[in-house]
Amino acid sequence: MDMSSGDLNAPHSMGTTIIGVTYNGGVVLGADSRTSTGMYVANRASDKITQLTDNVYICRSGSAADSQIVSDYVRYFLHQHTIQLGQPSTVKVAANLVRLLSYNNKNSLQTGLIVGGWDKYEGGKIYGIPLGGTVLELPFTIGGSGSSYLYGFFDQVWKEGMTQEEAEKLVVKAVSLAIARDGASGGVVRTVTIDKDGATRKFYPSETLPLWHEELEPQESLLDILSTASPEPMIS
Amino acid sequence: MSSIGTGYDLSVTTFSPDGRVFQIEYAGKAVDNSGTVVAIRCKDGVVMGVEKLIASKMMLPGSNRRIHAVHRHSGMAVAGLAADGRQIVTRAKSEATNYESTYGEPIPVKELAERVASYVHLCTLYWWLRPFGCGVILGGYDRDGPQLYMVEPSGVSYRYFGAAIGKGRQAAKTEIEKLKLSEMTCRQGVIEVAKIIYGVHDEAKDKAFELEMSWVCDESKRQHQKVPDDLLDEAKAAAKAALEEMDAD
Repeated sequence: MDMSSGDLNAPHSMGTTIIGVTYNGGVVLGADSRTSTGMYVANRASDKITQLTDNVYICRSGSAADSQIVSDYVRYFLHQHTIQLGQPSTVKVAANLVRLLSYNNKNSLQTGLIVGGWDKYEGGKIYGIPLGGTVLELPFTIGGSGSSYLYGFFDQVWKEGMTQEEAEKLVVKAVSLAIARDGASGGVVRTVTIDKDGATRKFYPSETLPLWHEELEPQESLLDILSTASPEPMIS
Repeated sequence: MSSIGTGYDLSVTTFSPDGRVFQIEYAGKAVDNSGTVVAIRCKDGVVMGVEKLIASKMMLPGSNRRIHAVHRHSGMAVAGLAADGRQIVTRAKSEATNYESTYGEPIPVKELAERVASYVHLCTLYWWLRPFGCGVILGGYDRDGPQLYMVEPSGVSYRYFGAAIGKGRQAAKTEIEKLKLSEMTCRQGVIEVAKIIYGVHDEAKDKAFELEMSWVCDESKRQHQKVPDDLLDEAKAAAKAALEEMDAD
């Protein structure tokens, strides 16, 4: 049997499924929690939704290092910008700073990002910033390796002006579906909901997620599937 | 009125014993001796007007602009040394463009005013630079509504409902205070500013003048532009009529 666990020196990549959707009054950002180094799951409970300001968060996918460094720089610039302006930065400004870094360093970086937040001028907004540094303002967007399995799903299920509850349910269902099919996505589902009153984090452990087509029940131990009668103790 | 600096006014890096920097005050005099600039913030925008004193009959009307567009949403009217003013306008344009390239949104008027004020102030800190000999009125319309700022040669900048600089500023300010700006639209504001400028123009001391006006308001789709010719003519006619009425008394 092949016992190889992949290349442990490979750079950490977040295979990932990340999602951002707008609803009537704000945005919901969602992500899985698997960080892999080749075939080895380096972190099964990572937090891929990172705070930039009180009202703007970012979903990270692709190279873990690259996405972290971009987030750190943007957080720093946004903080300075907030001090200069004397009021919270807008989501648009955050997205623009992210894309300037992504675009100008496109030869060195490998990270797809989703910026989402709420500001008093535009309300809830989602910006998708994929690999090359394009910036697109969208009512919803998906990213990461797991997103391939969600395009058809969103085409069918998406509608404008959902309530907060509908949007959260949609995001959790979508991440859960992607985790079922994408080997590079897994673990738990994390969401962040942002509206005029601020940001709220939610956590959905694996047991609470529904099982999809042909998924097995989770098992504590392989011994459970053997016969329940315990074998006779050996007497010598 | 003006006290002599005697010895403490030779350099911008020298304070007088009573805490004044005379060079900056002298820079202010250059502004005080120039043609009047009047600006008001109405409920739907900002209107700016300049009394352009014509130095020579040979000059082409419409030349020697005193009001400049800084960005799509803001403009600047200059009083004092024209060449100094050009430098400030260039700097403001550059700040506005850089901000938009970096942050992806038009520069908020408050931020623009702060940057211009910072730049003007910078030039009062070093002995090898002289202060700008011009005052600037900045009018713009951003997401927080229409705003009016004035930057003096000292680098001080405040936000105003109505502002005036130049020769006739005292009389102009008195007139502005009489206006009910919160209820006025820019259309009405243009007429009022024209009346004020015609009113403060001193026929005896100064020769001819040309009225230059600009606005940024809902009607101009929040873009800074010259006041349309038909409205400008209407304003000039109303101003002349108001003058005659005053003379007739």
